[in-house]
Amino acid sequence: MLRRGFWLTAVTALALTATAGAAAAQTVVGVTPTEIKIGNTNPYSGPASAYGTIGKVIGAYFKKVNDEGGVNGRKINYITYDDAYSPPKTVEMVRKLVEQDEVAALFQTLGTPTNSAIHKYMNQKKVPHLFVATGATKWNDPKNFPWTMGWQPNYQTEGHIYAQYIMKNFPDAKIGILYQNDDYGKDYRKGLHDGLGEANAKKMIVMEQTYEVTDPTIDSQIVNLKNSGANVFFDVTIPKFAVQAIKKAHDIGWKPAHFLNNVSSSLATVLKPAGVEASRGLITALYMKEITDPQWKNDKGYQDWVAFMKKYYPEGALDDQSNAFGYTVAQAMTMVLKQCGNDLSRENILRQAESLKNVEFPLLLPGIKVNTGPSDHAPIEQEQLAKFDGERWALFGELFEKK
Amino acid sequence: MPPRALRLGAALVVLATALTLPFVLSNFRLFQCAQVFIYAIALLGVNILIGYNGQFSLGHSAFYALGAYTSAIMIDRWAVPYGWTIPVAGVLCLIAGFLFGIPALRLEGLYLALATFALALAVPQILKYFEHWTGGSQGIVLSKPEAPWGLKLSADQWLYYLTLAVLVVLFVLATNLLSGRTGRAIVAIRDNPIAAQAMGVNTALYKSLTFGVSAAYTGIAGALSALVIAFVAPDAFDVFLSITFLTGIVIGGLASIWGAIFGALFVQFIPNWAQDISKAAPWAIYGIVLIGFMYAMPRGIVGALRLLAVRWSRRRPEPGAVAEGSRS
Amino acid sequence: MDIFIQQVVSGLATGGIYGSVALALVMIYEATDIVNFAQGQMAVVSTYMAWTLLNAGLPYWWAFLATLAISFVGGLLLERVVIRPVEGAPVLTVVIVCIGLLVILNSVMGWIYSYIQKPFPSPFPDRPLRVGNIYFGAHDVGALAITVVVLIALYAFFRFTTLGLAMRAAAQNPVSSRLCGIRVGWMLAIGWGLASLIGAVAGMMVAPIVTLDPNMMAGILIYAFASATLGGFTSPGGAVLGGLIVGVVENLVGTYVRFIGTELKLTVALAVILIVLLVRPSGLFGRAAVHRV
Repeated sequence: MLRRGFWLTAVTALALTATAGAAAAQTVVGVTPTEIKIGNTNPYSGPASAYGTIGKVIGAYFKKVNDEGGVNGRKINYITYDDAYSPPKTVEMVRKLVEQDEVAALFQTLGTPTNSAIHKYMNQKKVPHLFVATGATKWNDPKNFPWTMGWQPNYQTEGHIYAQYIMKNFPDAKIGILYQNDDYGKDYRKGLHDGLGEANAKKMIVMEQTYEVTDPTIDSQIVNLKNSGANVFFDVTIPKFAVQAIKKAHDIGWKPAHFLNNVSSSLATVLKPAGVEASRGLITALYMKEITDPQWKNDKGYQDWVAFMKKYYPEGALDDQSNAFGYTVAQAMTMVLKQCGNDLSRENILRQAESLKNVEFPLLLPGIKVNTGPSDHAPIEQEQLAKFDGERWALFGELFEKK
Repeated sequence: MPPRALRLGAALVVLATALTLPFVLSNFRLFQCAQVFIYAIALLGVNILIGYNGQFSLGHSAFYALGAYTSAIMIDRWAVPYGWTIPVAGVLCLIAGFLFGIPALRLEGLYLALATFALALAVPQILKYFEHWTGGSQGIVLSKPEAPWGLKLSADQWLYYLTLAVLVVLFVLATNLLSGRTGRAIVAIRDNPIAAQAMGVNTALYKSLTFGVSAAYTGIAGALSALVIAFVAPDAFDVFLSITFLTGIVIGGLASIWGAIFGALFVQFIPNWAQDISKAAPWAIYGIVLIGFMYAMPRGIVGALRLLAVRWSRRRPEPGAVAEGSRS
Repeated sequence: MDIFIQQVVSGLATGGIYGSVALALVMIYEATDIVNFAQGQMAVVSTYMAWTLLNAGLPYWWAFLATLAISFVGGLLLERVVIRPVEGAPVLTVVIVCIGLLVILNSVMGWIYSYIQKPFPSPFPDRPLRVGNIYFGAHDVGALAITVVVLIALYAFFRFTTLGLAMRAAAQNPVSSRLCGIRVGWMLAIGWGLASLIGAVAGMMVAPIVTLDPNMMAGILIYAFASATLGGFTSPGGAVLGGLIVGVVENLVGTYVRFIGTELKLTVALAVILIVLLVRPSGLFGRAAVHRV
């Protein structure tokens, strides 16, 4: 990638390596001449275990990197522990990684409450806490938490994007919201509220309904929403419930402008089971190529990913977007490590993570660029609206960015 | 059973070892030990109710949560020094447990289990609902307490000693409570409530009090956990925690105070060990170990130890000694 | 008025799910006197087996029947192999063994099938049915009908067959039953087999609605407990009815009681449990347990 950003980073890295050479006599935590230790916690069991595949696909990707020679002559030693999505367990496992396993950095730790529990600790210990797997907004706060960095466009940004679109195209909207009763759902809801602005929010939002992950169905909530007269539906549900929401709305003859959150945008696991006819007209915001979308079938990035999955992670599902997500963020981490050159100190790993300029990855939508800086700890901030036309997510409009 | 002096001596040796560990172990291990102590306190509480008093509760995660959030809210919102939050949590849970114990008087066995199960299940949702107090699903972030009075201890070492101290105090209190008249009344209610009542034991009062005391212990454990983890969030206090407590006391041994320690060690370390054995299905390993323990030691670790002690003492008959086998 | 009826109808549909799982819980309690924590997970395993058979190309009803047969045998074997060693042990020991079983089954399912949710087909047509302004699904009606069929079959089995009589005797009075020549151990095993079978039916009826994943039954089990408590742990019919009531009440409270709304729906179900337990512990239709002094 012969981009300006690359050269700038390379020169910086070289300069840093030169100065770091002087201090090379010190041992660097988690790094030996033959390996780099990277730590991770993921919910491999418990209520959020569906996301555990992310931890696994990352491991598979690092194996591929190691097979191809590793990073700067070193193999990546990827250590991942199960925290069952329980914050006390995350604290324990992360302390183990930092204090016992002595990893160089932590990467893609998953979950909002789980990451909240270790947020202060990671910054006190000055360990890179990179590309956390949560869409909450609080990770982009380099002034107070310089060692922590997010990855995906946060949920509030997405809510803003929908809000802007609604205000432009549905000025007389009556909005009904269905959201999961936890930080994920509430973050999206806040994004929509803030994006609309207080006056508009009061005027336009006619009903809000919540649900718990333990609820078997959300039929009752959909009925209430239809009854409120809403003609715009902001649907913040995880795939399991998104299927129900789409189907039930269709079954009871409710046809609002249906905005579906990015988390549930999979064709294979959500739209098809809900029914192609029921899903027609759904709008979502994407930043990745949806891997069950036929429009990417001949795309090189997609094909490379499939080849990788078949070789290194054959038990992983080819219709699970999480596997594409993990693959992409592992690519980002590998790039950061490569950029470090021979200086794999924690400070430099963080610095390199803060030096990503206009980087594109094969499974991100064309045009979406990763950018970070010392005061910008949100790598991906752009999304593109898409509408389901019965066959695929037809991208439309321009790349949105939170204003 | 070895004579009392020997047992006391053994306890002191264990205590002495425990006191010196912070200078040998790493901070991370001390953190894990503090968690073991906290579990042990909670298990003591649960065992008092289930093991000694025969009242079945699946709801102690609610009291644990109450204790943890009391501590967190007091520190976070009212800047109360953390030391005071522990007794306050204890007293609050004592009252809450007692109040819950009153309607629970009407329930037996399965039905009490269901009622407490329902209580435990409701807790995460209720915690999220009262967002203003509890911080909702985001939880409350705390700072780990540093060693006071200028002591040259790391935060982990200090918390180790703090939790150990609370454990020892509560341990001694429990031993006194359960070996005296109150203890006999409590056990009598478990074994034969009608006979107990006929003997003049005020079953209603004792049962409710036991509920309260048991809740207090668990609440204190919760408060300590808020300090050690430095974070509270609703989903950490779900019904699975109650099930973990139940597992702990059955593995450790019902109606046994030392059982709490064994149980705590089991629930803290076996899941980690299972993960080291099998990345693919660690909980399957845990389940197999659990079932294996129950086959080999149906009355828990302490139960098995007691059996061993009885067999050992039977081989060496002491003149005039009666083979004890059932007192802790 | 329309919305009231619609919520009631939706509530009956959801309640049917609760009732069918509650039936399995009650079944095992009746036959073995323990509450089996692993019940929901056993149902999930059965449903995964059905999924595998369906994926292999077996037509639906053949897969259904095969799953029932496998589940029955599986439940029977589980009792003989896993529970038998602790048969004489204290109740809590058996409970812990059940918990161990739950954890093992959950973990193994996740390992074999991964945790991503899988759609599960329904034998009933997909189009929504409509009466006036009220919508409901054919599957909801069908699932409820099947639950009722199972209920009637159970009732007939226990009331009119010798084996059913023997099982009831074994559960109520094992000592006397042995004296009569009843093989109590095998009665328990059959009880587990039956409960497993009912769980399989429940699982296959529930999966099309909530999608199949290893944790599918976690939330439903709570509501099933509420239903069984309401109806009475000793009354299969009561369990199903309890399920329907819980489903309807939950929806109505969520719709009409503003300050509770949907954020405390689960709490409502639990409050139901608590109130019923305080007022009438044996449930609406259960027999009150009488202890002999």
